[in-house]
Amino acid sequence: MTRLHVDWTACQGRGHCTELLPELLAPDEWGYPRSTDDTKEPAVPVALLPHARRAVRHCPRLALHLVGP
Amino acid sequence: MNDALWYLARGTGVTSLVLLTVVVALGIANRAGRPAFGLPRFGVAQVHRDASLLAVGFVLVHVISLFFDVYAQLELFDLIVPFGATYRPMWTGLGTLAVDLLIALVGTSLLRHRLGLRAWRVTHWLAYACWPLAFAHALGSGSDAGAWWLRTVAGACLVAVVAAVTWRLSTSARATVLSGDTR
Ligand code: HEM
Ligand code: SF4
Repeated sequence: MTRLHVDWTACQGRGHCTELLPELLAPDEWGYPRSTDDTKEPAVPVALLPHARRAVRHCPRLALHLVGP
Repeated sequence: MNDALWYLARGTGVTSLVLLTVVVALGIANRAGRPAFGLPRFGVAQVHRDASLLAVGFVLVHVISLFFDVYAQLELFDLIVPFGATYRPMWTGLGTLAVDLLIALVGTSLLRHRLGLRAWRVTHWLAYACWPLAFAHALGSGSDAGAWWLRTVAGACLVAVVAAVTWRLSTSARATVLSGDTR
């Protein structure tokens, strides 16, 4: 299963990803993305893959990555 | 026919300046880190990108129509290498330079993920040279240079960019004081 990985050294909590992928990511009180299922690297269901890719493309800090098959 | 090219070049030229202004203003505004114009941040970023591609299209038509305009006397060379043109070399050269930077900006941005954050950011700062060059070129170069409507459009563009800078500085100053973070 493909998973979402946030590179915390690069992420600045700009919140583009939480806007684009609310199913998987919600902003914490500082605007940093937290997975909605409280896992470290949330699994991306196939139906959400295009949206996940879009969020990855959009991250202004290139901090968001898809990992795994 | 030649008149048509001339009209096309002027129309697409002014449109390019307006589009580049939108691109730069939104690029700057989105760095402030809070939603602008009630749009979500990814929306502002999307318009920033789409408008930049649109600007490339208009700039292309602008340049090509001038290339075929006999009065402008442009060589193929002048479309890439600045300050060699026969007609108003200085003002034309500023436009050529702006086009070079625009190509660099959009090219590197389309390859952003392969380039890496640092290299992309450094090239993206060229935007702060690109827009003023395009602005000066628009004011100095064309047949409409002294016309009131062109000055009005240019004035509005300047106001938009200054407003975006002010807005960004005002929010980032506050954020810096609050968090000690200079981003
Ligand atoms: C496909 C084309 C482009 C893409 C994908 C793109 C992407 C971006 C992104 C992601 C940012 C935000 C950086 C951040 O928030 O840290 C940005 C900022 C900015 N962009 Fe672009 N951009 C494009 C074209 C352009 C062009 C053509 C210009 C100007 C002529 C421009 C001017 C700016 C400016 C002034 C900023 C603010 C930079 C700063 O102060 O850090 N962009 N752009
Ligand atoms: S878009 Fe990128 S920088 Fe912004 S919160 Fe998401 S991962 Fe962090």
